[in-house]
This record gives sequence, structure tokens and C-alpha cells, in this order.
Amino acid sequence: MTKPDKGPTSRAGRIDEATGTSTVGHEWDGIEELDTPMPRWWLIALYITIVWGVIYVVLYPAWPLVHGATQGVLGWSSRGQLAQEMERENDRRAPFLAALAATPIENLPENPDLMRQAVAGGRAAFRVNCVQCHGAGAAGGAGYPNLNDDDWLWGGDLQSIERTIAHGTRQPGDSETHTSFMPAFGDGILTTAQMGQVADHVLSLSGKARDNAAGARLFADNCAVCHGADGHGSRAVGAPNLADAIWLYGGKKRDIVAQIAHPRHGVMPAWQGRLDPATIRMLAAYVHSLGGGEAFAEAAAPPAESDDAS
Amino acid sequence: MTRHSPLSPDDGAPIKLYAKRKAVFPQKIDGHFRRLKWLVMLVTLGIYYGTPWLRWDRGPYAPDQAVLVDLAHRRFYMFGIEIWPHEFYFVAGMLIMAGIGLFLITSAVGRAWCGYSCPQTVWTDLFQHIDRLIDGDRNAQMRLAKAPWGPGKIAKRSLKWAIYLVIGFWTGGAWIMYFADAPTLVRDFWSGQAAPVAYITVAILTLTTVMLGGFLREQVCIYMCPWPRIQSAMMDEKSLTVTYKHWRGEPRGSLKKARAAPEPFGDCIDCNQCVAVCPTGIDIREGPQIGCITCALCIDACDRVMAEVGRPRGLIDYVTLEDTEREIAGEAPRPAWKTLLRARTVLYFLVWGGIGLGLLFALGARTHVDISVEQDRNPPFMLMSDGSVRNGFTVKLRNMQSRPRDMRVSLEGLPGAVMWTSEMPREDAARALTQRVPPDATEPLRIYVIAATGTPAQDFSFAVTTLGDQPETDIAKARFAAPEE
Repeated sequence: MTKPDKGPTSRAGRIDEATGTSTVGHEWDGIEELDTPMPRWWLIALYITIVWGVIYVVLYPAWPLVHGATQGVLGWSSRGQLAQEMERENDRRAPFLAALAATPIENLPENPDLMRQAVAGGRAAFRVNCVQCHGAGAAGGAGYPNLNDDDWLWGGDLQSIERTIAHGTRQPGDSETHTSFMPAFGDGILTTAQMGQVADHVLSLSGKARDNAAGARLFADNCAVCHGADGHGSRAVGAPNLADAIWLYGGKKRDIVAQIAHPRHGVMPAWQGRLDPATIRMLAAYVHSLGGGEAFAEAAAPPAESDDAS
Repeated sequence: MTRHSPLSPDDGAPIKLYAKRKAVFPQKIDGHFRRLKWLVMLVTLGIYYGTPWLRWDRGPYAPDQAVLVDLAHRRFYMFGIEIWPHEFYFVAGMLIMAGIGLFLITSAVGRAWCGYSCPQTVWTDLFQHIDRLIDGDRNAQMRLAKAPWGPGKIAKRSLKWAIYLVIGFWTGGAWIMYFADAPTLVRDFWSGQAAPVAYITVAILTLTTVMLGGFLREQVCIYMCPWPRIQSAMMDEKSLTVTYKHWRGEPRGSLKKARAAPEPFGDCIDCNQCVAVCPTGIDIREGPQIGCITCALCIDACDRVMAEVGRPRGLIDYVTLEDTEREIAGEAPRPAWKTLLRARTVLYFLVWGGIGLGLLFALGARTHVDISVEQDRNPPFMLMSDGSVRNGFTVKLRNMQSRPRDMRVSLEGLPGAVMWTSEMPREDAARALTQRVPPDATEPLRIYVIAATGTPAQDFSFAVTTLGDQPETDIAKARFAAPEE
């Protein structure tokens, strides 16, 4: 099939016998390349891509300049597209937010669909506004209440939670804020030894220490007025339950003595005015859904069928 | 010695860098292979256009279209089979089977896929029939192509291209029917209420069908498609391919010449019928080549001519390379079963069949219920006011049947623990709970598991059992986290 070698110069452009096509004149170890012409439609396709490119450059942002880039006659931008999508999303959510604003929070459990959406919206809002103190899992920390458990300083039903979020705790300038104040018993009211006895008594309420009569007497005289004779506390005055397993500032004797001597008082901002009422309502629904929410009995209806098959 | 420019060959004529397509006007032919092609075309186009209209009753909760790719809800329905996204391995398996099936076919009977069932071949064939219907057979088409534009040619071309467009539109239209309920979509499509993507898809497929089938035709096979190149590597000396038996046909001579002096001439009477009928416009007598899709229409043409001139059929025929050498040497060809049954084809078949059996087995063995558990990691456990320990889990119940089912979820292990969901009061906590799961859906549950003070961290399981007829079960392992003492 190959002709005898006539030297590199004469090979350039020789006609290959088998195909009738010219070679390009290169040769590598006896392998030559045919100069087969491209199909014309291929060239046309190239021209079409060029035309497409020109149109695109005119219509859309294309050429980078020193500051920014050419804008394109359509005025499209990815920021503008995002704004449009956000607007569409807001429009889509508008009916839900309106329904939420119109539904008193205590009626929310009767509407499982609305409740579900409120919990989802609250989860998102929680991530932005609440995790700084309460933690990503709402588990709190020393001094910051855990919102997953069933221990509530100011009430754990939907209404109470909503009120706590709206008005905060010890928020100056908010007349409806939760306020409680525990005296510093270390400032001359009780001696160090007495405070140790009271702490022992407090621990004995949850079975973590033995009863002691001196501590019980001191407790009845100084503490029972707010925390109750049995130490179960009072939500009305914001006195914590001392007989349970949950300790905001630590459950060791040392922690308890420190709290008796110089109590710490946490502050939570009032979110009314910072967040819109619908967001506060969603946050309340979310916090309530974390497993410790109270007064749920009326919502024990059979779970509704999901309308979304996916 | 003159030095040639690479752009001009020895004869000095400039080579063009780009070559215009040489139009192909294949002649009408009838024969065994043409009839086989008709049959394949009828079946494949029938399947393609007709399948979306088949109905399949799945009850009130699932679509009744027999074959439906429901992208919005991530379901793939195929008659009695419903595939969820997590079962995509079925689709992957079928694609692998399609690939290995092509290897099998190619190693046994060469480029049969190209010649008979490739969509490009089938649609090109369809468009070539339209050409013949409007413009007449080969010679009339050639005359018309050369004729100047006049009212007659304009009319014929307009009519032909209009039919092209209708076929293209119908092709695109049939495609979108696979992705939505066909009757509804047709109504929406014509009333302008279908999704924009439906119109865009139809427009693109109309354009590509008309371009590829109506105009580019064999250019797709020769320049665009990688498959002919891959197939060359998969064929061997035992693969069937369309062969001109040059040892029998050469040297060629017309009937007149052969009658005058029969001695030097072979069986080929050089009538060019094999070239005339070729849909890709090649001359098979030049030997095997990339342009040959082995549609075997030249075999039909040559057999007919041989019958007319009283010579044995099969001057052009399906022959393996090995038999070519045997026939040249005057030996008998190997029996067909020996050619077909060889290690390579048998191996391909076993792999292909093995995957198929595996898929069938998996299909038969799969359950239609599934439970999955995700444990809360932040916080991993919760201390409750009474000292007990609570863990949170997101449990997903998957009902893969087209009817709502009640499912009983129960704790296995973790003695003394009870659970409740976020949608029920804690007072109702128990070792097991019943949940209704909508048809063909996944139901997520927030489940809280609570155990008494001092319960150590340990493994346990969530088990699910469907209630009612045909109960199914599934189980998911989980771990109960607790504070270290």
C-alpha cells in the first residue's frame, strides 16, 4: 500500500493510494497523516459558535474592565437574579407568614401544617439569632439555659416561651420582661458555714446529700419564701426548682455555695422590635418542639397525612 | 525536484481544507434485509412513540402511566416496577447491561446496532423514505437536486421539509411524554399551560431530529459518532461483517463483455447497484470501511442482480474475516454456530446474563418498607429534670407501596426505655408506637427516647413492622448516649 520511500521532501503532499487523499507531509516511523478535508458543516458549526459568542457578549456581562465589566444590553446580573429569586421566595412565603401572624400561638398545635412550617422557620431563625448563647443544638451551657429539657424558669408552654422571647429576661426598659432577684447571702446574711449547710440541704432535695436539720431550718427561714418549702421553686417569681437534676450554674456543692453567696443573674435581650412577630412566633414553636414543651395535650390529634409525597 | 506545498498535491490542484458533503440518494430496494429493517423500524418507532400512552393501574395514589420518569417526585415507573432514587443501581445495572449487550452483539454480528436499531439509522431511514415519497426514487432525486429553483422544486422542497418538521416535532413531543402524564401534558401543551421546559425540549429535539436525520445523516456516523471507532476495536476475525467477495467478483465485467469473452471476468457485472442503494453512499467493493453501517441493503441489491443474471447469490454477504480467508483458499466456511459460540461471545453473554439475573433477584428480594435513623449529635443526650436521660433521633419511615400503611415502630434492646414523638404528648410514651405513612412517601419522625437515671450508653435498635396484609419488617441500629458516671 505504501510507496517506496522517496525521501522526506517528496513525501509532502503525495497522494495516498488507498484513500486517494493527500498526506500532510509529516512522517513518524513510517506513519503518515492524511490531510483529509474537514466536512463543511463542521466549519459552519464553528461560524455559528462565533456568531453565538458575539451575541452573548452583547447581551450579557462579558468583558472585564478595570472596575467591573461590560454590563450587556439585557442588564442581567447574578445579584439581580438572586434578588428576583428572593422576592419570589418572599412572595411564596407571604401567605404562610400572614396565616401565622393571624393565629394566636396557643392555637398553633391545632393546625399541624402551620405548626410544621413554623418549627422549620424557627429552626432557621434560631441559627441566626439564638445560637450565640444557647448553642447550635439549643443545649445551652453554664449560665445559659438548655432549651431541650423539661425544666423551665419562666414557663414552657407556647405562650410563655413566646413572651420570654419577645420581652427577654432582665431587659432594661421593657416593662414586661421577666425579672427575678436573689439576694447575695454572702454579704453578711449567712456565714460561710451556714451557706454550706444550706447547700447540703439543697442537694438533699434531689437525693445527692444527706438531710441536715440546720440546713433545713436555714432554708425554711431564708429561701422557702421564693423557692418553696420543698424547694420546687416558683415560675411566678422566677425561682428555679432546686429539687430536680437541672442546674443552670452547676450542681456541685461548690457551685451552689457560690450561687448563694453572690448569685449570678442572666440577661436575655427582648427580641420584640428586633425580630418581627412572625419570627418570634416561629422561634417559640421551634423551642417548644425541642422535646420539653409543655401543655401539648390538646394537640394529640392523629398525625395528618403529608401532602408532599417526596 | 519541485517542492510541493502541503496544500497542493502532485497534480498541482489546491486541496480544499473543507469538503462539502456529497449528497446520497439511495435507491429503493426490496429483499430480506430490507424487510428486516422495516420490521425493526416499525418495532422501535412503535415503542418510542407508543410507550407513553400505555396505562398501568397502580391504585389511587400513584400515576397510571406504564412508563414514567417522574423527575419532580424522583420516581421511575416501569410497568409493575417502581424505582426510588436510592435504588438507582437498577438503572445503572440496566445501562451496564445495554453496554455489554452492545459488546456482545458487536463481537458476534458486527455493527448490527449501527445497521438496524441505532436511532440515527432508523430516523435517517425514515427521512429517506420521505425523500422517495416526495421526490421520487434515486434518479428523480438527483435530477431535482440539480434542477434550478422553480415553482415545482419549491413546492416539493417545502412539502418535504414540512414533513421533516412534523416528524421532528412528533419525535420531540413523544420524548416529553415520558416525563409527565401523557394525556394531561398533551392538553396542557396545546393550551399553552405546559412548563417552559416542555416547549424548549420539544423545540430542541425537533431541531436536532430534522438536522441529524434530515440533513446530516451519514455524516453523524462518519464524523460525530464515537461508536464506529469503538466497534472496530471490538470486532475480531470471527465477527460477521458485510463483505464483497472480491475473489469471486473480480475482475469486474459487464454482461456484454462477459458474454463476448467469459474467461477473465468474475461474477461482479459492475452494475453499481450496491453503491446505488447504500444509505451512506459508499462502495462496499472497496473493502470494510468506517462508512459501512452493515445495513446489508447492498446484499439485497446484489442478490437480486445475481438472480437476474443467473449467478449464485451472496457475492456480497455477511462473512467473517476468518471465513474470507478460508473461502479464498477454497475451503468450506465454518458453521455459523461455531462462529457465534466462542469464548468471547459466551463470556459476554454470561456477564450480561449474570447482571440481569442479579437485578431480577434484587428486584424480587427488595422490601417496600425502610427505616433509617439519624441520631442528634448536638446535644448527644439530655438530662431531664427528674434525672432521666433523653436522646433525640430523626427516624424516617419509607413506604414504597402505593397505599397508605400503618407502621409499628418499636424499641429493641435498651431495657426500661420508652419513646414518644414530637407530635404526641410525653405522657403517651411507650416501647412502641404506630404511625400512618402516606402512600409512596417518606415520613420523618422526631423520636425522643428516654431511659432512667444511670442507664449506661449502649446499642439498641429501632424495628418497624407494617400492619395489615403482607407485613414487612426492617430494622435500624442506633446508639443510646448517656453521661459517664
